[in-house]
Amino acid sequence: MSLKNKLHLLKEKYSDKKYAPAFNALHTFLYTPNETTHSGAHVRAVDDLKRTMNTVITALIPILIFSFFNAGYQHYSAINGFPSDFSVLEHFLTLDNFLVGLVTILPLVVISYGVGLGVEFLFAVIKGHEVEEGYLVTGMLVPLIIPVDTPLWMLAIAVIFGVVIGKEVFGGTGMNILNPALTIRAFLFFSYPTWMSGDKVWVHQAVERAGTADAISGETILGSLAQGADYSYSVSDMFFGFIPGSVGETSTFLILLGGLFLIFTKIGSWRIMLSAVIGALVMGLIFNGVVDAGWIHSSSKFYHLMSLPYWQHLIVGGLAFGIVYMATDPVTAAQTEKGKWYYGFLIGFISVMIRVFNPAYPEGVFLAILLMNVFAPTIDHYVVRGNVKRRLKRTKKSIANLETV
Amino acid sequence: MSTDIRIKKGLDINLVGAAQKETSILKDSDSYQINLDDFHGIVPKLLLKQCEKVKAGQGLFFNKDNEEMLFVSPVSGVIDEIKRGARRRVLTITIKADGTDSTEKLQTVNLENDSADQIKKALLAGGCWPFIKQRPYDIIANPADTPKGIFISGLDTAPLAADLDYTLAGSEKYLQAAVTALGKLTSGSVHISVKGSSSVLAGLEGVQLHTVSGPHPAGLVGTLINKVDPINKGERVWTVNAADLEIIGKLLLEGEFDGSRTIAVAGSGVSKPSYVRVKLGAEIKTVLDAAGGLTDENVRVINGNVLTGTGVASFRYLRFYNNSVTVIPEGNDYELFGWAKPVSNKVSITRALTLSWLNKRKKYNLNTNTNGEHRAFVLTGQYEQVFPLDIYPMQLLKSCMIKDLDEMEQLGLYEVAPEDFALTEFVCVSKQPHQKIIREALDLLHKEIG
Repeated sequence: MSLKNKLHLLKEKYSDKKYAPAFNALHTFLYTPNETTHSGAHVRAVDDLKRTMNTVITALIPILIFSFFNAGYQHYSAINGFPSDFSVLEHFLTLDNFLVGLVTILPLVVISYGVGLGVEFLFAVIKGHEVEEGYLVTGMLVPLIIPVDTPLWMLAIAVIFGVVIGKEVFGGTGMNILNPALTIRAFLFFSYPTWMSGDKVWVHQAVERAGTADAISGETILGSLAQGADYSYSVSDMFFGFIPGSVGETSTFLILLGGLFLIFTKIGSWRIMLSAVIGALVMGLIFNGVVDAGWIHSSSKFYHLMSLPYWQHLIVGGLAFGIVYMATDPVTAAQTEKGKWYYGFLIGFISVMIRVFNPAYPEGVFLAILLMNVFAPTIDHYVVRGNVKRRLKRTKKSIANLETV
Repeated sequence: MSTDIRIKKGLDINLVGAAQKETSILKDSDSYQINLDDFHGIVPKLLLKQCEKVKAGQGLFFNKDNEEMLFVSPVSGVIDEIKRGARRRVLTITIKADGTDSTEKLQTVNLENDSADQIKKALLAGGCWPFIKQRPYDIIANPADTPKGIFISGLDTAPLAADLDYTLAGSEKYLQAAVTALGKLTSGSVHISVKGSSSVLAGLEGVQLHTVSGPHPAGLVGTLINKVDPINKGERVWTVNAADLEIIGKLLLEGEFDGSRTIAVAGSGVSKPSYVRVKLGAEIKTVLDAAGGLTDENVRVINGNVLTGTGVASFRYLRFYNNSVTVIPEGNDYELFGWAKPVSNKVSITRALTLSWLNKRKKYNLNTNTNGEHRAFVLTGQYEQVFPLDIYPMQLLKSCMIKDLDEMEQLGLYEVAPEDFALTEFVCVSKQPHQKIIREALDLLHKEIG
């Protein structure tokens, strides 16, 4: 008997058991189910939620692999100094670099998926519904938006918090108001701020070596700017991602490719991505304008961040990653096509604003997205009201016509 | 007068097994059946008992709310079985054909001079009233109303649908009679959508013609209404299937109910997809035999098209409104990593390793698999790609699911029928039952508001 038939018999046998959802989750991962249509259309398009989520994960894989190498590259560069004659093959894509990523980032991925899916399975069994696919993407996003040395127990607690409070209490995938991955990051950020910011967390081993003779550090570009310090990274370093930062946020180049892939596959909303980029550029231009007009003195603590060329906001920090992978989460974004334009624009706009005005933690993207998550239903409300008003107006007109006849 | 309507949002699902343009004329089948499910919301009062004789065109039952509204037998014979369900609700009435052509003869109508009331009486008594449906609610029209317009779609853009220009060719006389009569029942006009000026219906007089082009749902009457004169709260419009105009016209001109239609028998499960001329209510088996029989055992026979039809399983007869029978393979099998691998043999509107965007003309042999499990709404912006009406589909569906009457009304539930949501249901990643949601919401709204 083939595996297919064996699993089918098992499914039938356990279909009324409490843990059936857990079995089904694994079964449907292996085989798309034999379910046929019962009402309505007899044929259905091929896309399901698994395929959709899988597409987003595919767009994240290159970034994950890049982050393995970058973890090692930043680590060794902090110890030995950045190579003056940098070559990608010689200094970046090396086995040593990769191994550092393997021991630091892989555990983050394992914990994120293990704990998160564990909670999902538990809730599915308790509530008696199928395990939903939402966490497949969240589980991959979480390790990519936190510092490389985040302690695993902290991550585990944050993941439990994010999945339970951010999602399950609202009813699971599709019902949540806040982006679960960002809820997890926000929990870490506010609970353990010393592990989420400063100049010690972005490079592997920087924390544990602090205060010793071997101390190393790696400040992010935004961190340097906030303190008015200089940084030594070129624009091409920033664009290709050979800079310190959260695990997966550094390579704007790969994020751009991922974004194009999501737009091409029609899974990610190009409206949100484009309008967010426009929003960020507009805010950046405003700040540049303020500097150019001489309204702000160079001794101001905002001066350096404000004078960053407007377009460079897109290649430093987590803005690009946030725009492509977090702002486009369909559940928490605006749901109307028109609403997506406002939603995206405001995310870009507010991200750069928070980034400049909040120099203690110069990373505003996740706060901006969470804020707009909360406002997305309001945006949709007004867009949909537009349609309702049009309908009412039409009705009134036709009643008026009747009366004149 | 003719106006152009061009539909951009939509999706043509190209399936294999389109009907060849040749028609076999079917002799009477042994038995016929009227399925009460077709007459949504009608409470029947039976006129005949089991074993009683019935002529073609003779009333089987009438509408409890309107005694004049008769539902007639398509054939002469003997009432074989009256099947009842819970609380003795009548489910089906089966008639054993006796092979004679004895037909109830009614008075013909004078189309020039007869008043609207006289035409209504003729249609009600002749069993043709049920062909007239109303929106809102997608139910059989109330004869007491005067609709603001009557809408007829003269092109069927659904997958494997019958080509109306082929099936209706030669019956222009009846079509004209039907639309002339319908024209007297409305305060506005009769609106008909056609493919182009060569269409059979394009020659009709006394109607407003609209040339419609674009992908499905360009041929749905709901699309036509929305683009021409959308329904507002408190208004009524009526709709009639173009194929049924022929039956209506015959009744008016000849005084006889002749439920014969030329229907398309199509799909990959049929050996010789072609057209069959048959009376409504006939046994599906005889229809399929006329088209060469089935190619496989594991198939689903659908009364109607793959998007809005009903499965045949226990009811083995043609339904009242059908003008096609479609047979497609059942999809009751597992597929290894079906969600992960690239697919070229199924249709999609995304490009998530789905390859149907590469060749828009390719024909598919789709089966009945859901291709995934039921989930909450997650993705957004997908329905809008295939939904040309000025309505927010997902927001409307959600308001229907939470039974928010005000919201349903404001978002445009009055304007739609379940069939308008067939394509959004097809593309739905969360595999939500859109048509069912809309049907239940329409019933609720009808009950609460009337």
